[in-house]
Amino acid sequence: MKHFLTILSHEVRMLLVSPSTYIAAAAFLSFMGFVFTALLGEYSKAPQDLSPASAFFLYYWFPVIFMVPLLTMKCLAEERRLGTMETLLTTPVTTTEVVLGKYSAAYLLYLAFWGSSSGFFLILRHFAGDAHLIDPGPIIGGYLFIAVSGLLFIAIGVFSSALSRSQAVAGMICVTMLVGLILGGEYLARASWLDSESLSSIKEAVSYGHISQHRQDFTRGVIDMRELLFYVSGTVLALIFSILCVEAKLIHS
Amino acid sequence: MTAAPLQPAIEVSHLVKSYAGVLAVNDISFAVPRGEILGFLGPNGAGKSTTMRILTGYLPATSGQVSICGFPVASEPDAVKRRIGYMPENNPLPDEMRVSEYLYFRGRLKEVPRRKLGSRIDEVLELCDLKRVRHKIIGKLSKGFRQRVGIAESVLAEPPVIIMDEPTIGLDPHQILIVRDLIASLRGRMTVLISSHILPEIEMTCDRVLIINQGRIVAQGTPADLRREVLGQSAYEIEAAGDIGSLPFLLGSIDPGLSVASEGPPDSLGFRTIKLKTLSAEDTGEAILRACLSEGLRVRALSRAHPTLEDVFLAATRRSWDAVAEDPAAPERP
Repeated sequence: MKHFLTILSHEVRMLLVSPSTYIAAAAFLSFMGFVFTALLGEYSKAPQDLSPASAFFLYYWFPVIFMVPLLTMKCLAEERRLGTMETLLTTPVTTTEVVLGKYSAAYLLYLAFWGSSSGFFLILRHFAGDAHLIDPGPIIGGYLFIAVSGLLFIAIGVFSSALSRSQAVAGMICVTMLVGLILGGEYLARASWLDSESLSSIKEAVSYGHISQHRQDFTRGVIDMRELLFYVSGTVLALIFSILCVEAKLIHS
Repeated sequence: MTAAPLQPAIEVSHLVKSYAGVLAVNDISFAVPRGEILGFLGPNGAGKSTTMRILTGYLPATSGQVSICGFPVASEPDAVKRRIGYMPENNPLPDEMRVSEYLYFRGRLKEVPRRKLGSRIDEVLELCDLKRVRHKIIGKLSKGFRQRVGIAESVLAEPPVIIMDEPTIGLDPHQILIVRDLIASLRGRMTVLISSHILPEIEMTCDRVLIINQGRIVAQGTPADLRREVLGQSAYEIEAAGDIGSLPFLLGSIDPGLSVASEGPPDSLGFRTIKLKTLSAEDTGEAILRACLSEGLRVRALSRAHPTLEDVFLAATRRSWDAVAEDPAAPERP
């Protein structure tokens, strides 16, 4: 892991000079800002049952589906397309270091994006002077959920980038997988046809991977070990697949 | 960790690589002593790039053994990767980085100590005449500069072995000259393996040449050796006027192997160009001239033709095509 930091700092630097990062950041902040102001409008009209922070994190999936591909689609696909993977892997660097370095860089940036959205709450606190709107529990829980689930989302992005030589294809694969995971999980969790007795084991598996339920639990302050394990194991799996994928493509290139 | 000094820098024995049933490299063996510049020649698809990639540890071999400075590539890829500088075909570079940034990043990956890296980067920039563009973005550089960035990168960590896949491809003659001087300046200090299509290029820079075709070595040796071995003859060209009918008989009396290879049509002054070939390596030019004059031929010019590496290359690869065509067991290439 000697070269991990070298690759990480290089990747962060490359992400910071890439226009797609700023497009992703601008799109993300304007969307979340829009959601936030809309929420404030609602809350100023009538009292709601949900705290504003938990309502804010309800829409986490939308930026995830668009931002994660923008951050990750380039990382391995572009290296392979340009052929720089060859120069990279003929130095004393292992594939694991390359994949982990790129993954961590994208993850750090993902955290930075979400971290910048916490400015909304600071602004609100500064101008509202009313503490009841800003309940720290759901905010911390929400950001914790973002950090933990981000591990898996970014790993999925890195994996889809390992699958293809083209950034566009990698991006599309990533969007599809994220939609399948987040919205598909949501759909299956609500599907009534899974309620029958014979499908109960499937129902259980679906509810275990029901990401929106996890979000709700985190913002309520319920941090379940099984949920953490779901993200960590998914991340490890996706990263192992990415490493194997990069190596397999070398052998069959 | 250092290998014995007498070990060859590159040692390849019975290397075989097949892609999905197609043999790209078929039982190649060679060794390169330290400090030598070896040229790797072959037509497209001969297996040059594949061999080089296996040498760098980027691709695994199907069978056979490869070692760099005594370290087997298959079992100690890390030790090997620390000892090579590699410039792949088409020299891929990240377009959005600056030259000095790129070299710094590569130096860190190649484990050049941080203290030394700054001065080492200055050295290679100087060596490759890149000082003017050190703060430029690589994507905006011309082909010649990019190529030199690739070369600078491969010598950056001062590896004992440098492998360059077509370093002069797409350069203009002036830039080729610079690159050639650059490679020649590494002679003795580093072992260099370069592949190229440009034959004069190889002839001028390389101590030894290895010609491969269809995944097999068809000829190897110094350029002079190759000429002898592959062409096995020297050739003469005379421009003479007069009755040349007796010439074949005359030539046979000088050297039984000497014969007329071709005769040109006479020009306006009656001189025609006659090409002679012989199997012996001795210089029989004077005897030919004397014999012609004694027969009353008027001789305007006599020269001994020097076959170029190009002739050797064509002859060697043609020979191997013939061998492959005769051998029905040989695998077909797609």
